[in-house]
Amino acid sequence: MDNLNLSKFCIRLGDHCLIMAHRQSELCSNGPFLEEDIAQINLGLDLLGQAEALLIYGAKLEGGSRTADDIAFRRPEREFYNFMLTEQPNTDFAFVIVRQYIMSLYLLKTYQVLAKVEDETLSGIALKALKELTYHERHFSMWLKRLGDGTEESHERAQTAINELWMFVGELYEEDEIDLMAQKAFYAPTGIEMKAFLMEHITARFTESTLTTPKDIYMTTGSKKGIHTEYLGYLLTEMQYLQRAYPDAKW
Amino acid sequence: MSEVKDTQGQLWEVFIQTKKGLPFKHFGSVHAYDKEMAIQNARDLYTRRAEGRGMWVVPADAIVAVDSADDASFFHPSDDKVYRHPTFYELPDGLKNM
Repeated sequence: MDNLNLSKFCIRLGDHCLIMAHRQSELCSNGPFLEEDIAQINLGLDLLGQAEALLIYGAKLEGGSRTADDIAFRRPEREFYNFMLTEQPNTDFAFVIVRQYIMSLYLLKTYQVLAKVEDETLSGIALKALKELTYHERHFSMWLKRLGDGTEESHERAQTAINELWMFVGELYEEDEIDLMAQKAFYAPTGIEMKAFLMEHITARFTESTLTTPKDIYMTTGSKKGIHTEYLGYLLTEMQYLQRAYPDAKW
Repeated sequence: MSEVKDTQGQLWEVFIQTKKGLPFKHFGSVHAYDKEMAIQNARDLYTRRAEGRGMWVVPADAIVAVDSADDASFFHPSDDKVYRHPTFYELPDGLKNM
């Protein structure tokens, strides 16, 4: 993989983390109780740290004058490559849990593979992130079980979140030319491997939580080309507000 | 005001061991509805800055404490009996955490 393509690969992964980190940050002071509020923000901070490391490396590989901050705060919507799943709003607590649980699995698998690459920067980022993601998966999957196997209302809300978000899961194991290059260099699992990993874990956890895995429904696509749902635009307006209102503002 | 219901779950006390071999110390408390949530909440509140090597959470109502009214009968009888402590030994310089 040449530097430019590896840079794109890093920025894509960084985008997933960055957008999820912002979604998690929106939960600040809105958690169901104090301890969970802090937990959700902590998990968001983990993701922000991963995003920063990946975007810094992406910017370096790119070799141009763009910094990681430029990449995060100066790009328009169409140049973001995060999965549509990551930008879905915090409609209720169940949406947060389902979105983050599925993405935690995706990141776990992604970092497991990246931890073994020769590139020391990437394997370093992945090894550190793996420790964090192992906990994310544990935290979100326990909540999934509590909601699914909890009260009638919590079950219904969890199932609704799953049904509403399921159409965005297909993107997680799609492949375009960058993915194929990454797979060839053993930087990423194949789409088939990723799908098998996700479905095995998700189905087992959903079943245990008395939740139903949707079947044969339409899967949306487009984020690898910068196409997004309406929610990303609003998210960026808020996330990029400072740089848009005061370009070059510094601490 | 005493009628305000606490809806944040049960109270758990958190004990952390800062280094292997040292005793667990009380760090604080968390709310949680079950054991797994309690240990996760404790992790998120107390061990994110590498404070610990080991951690316990204990339901607060499982801890039996001395009522302050009983101070006199529980603690004061030994006030004038310093010989009950082994304080007359010289400790070697290398010994820490005693």
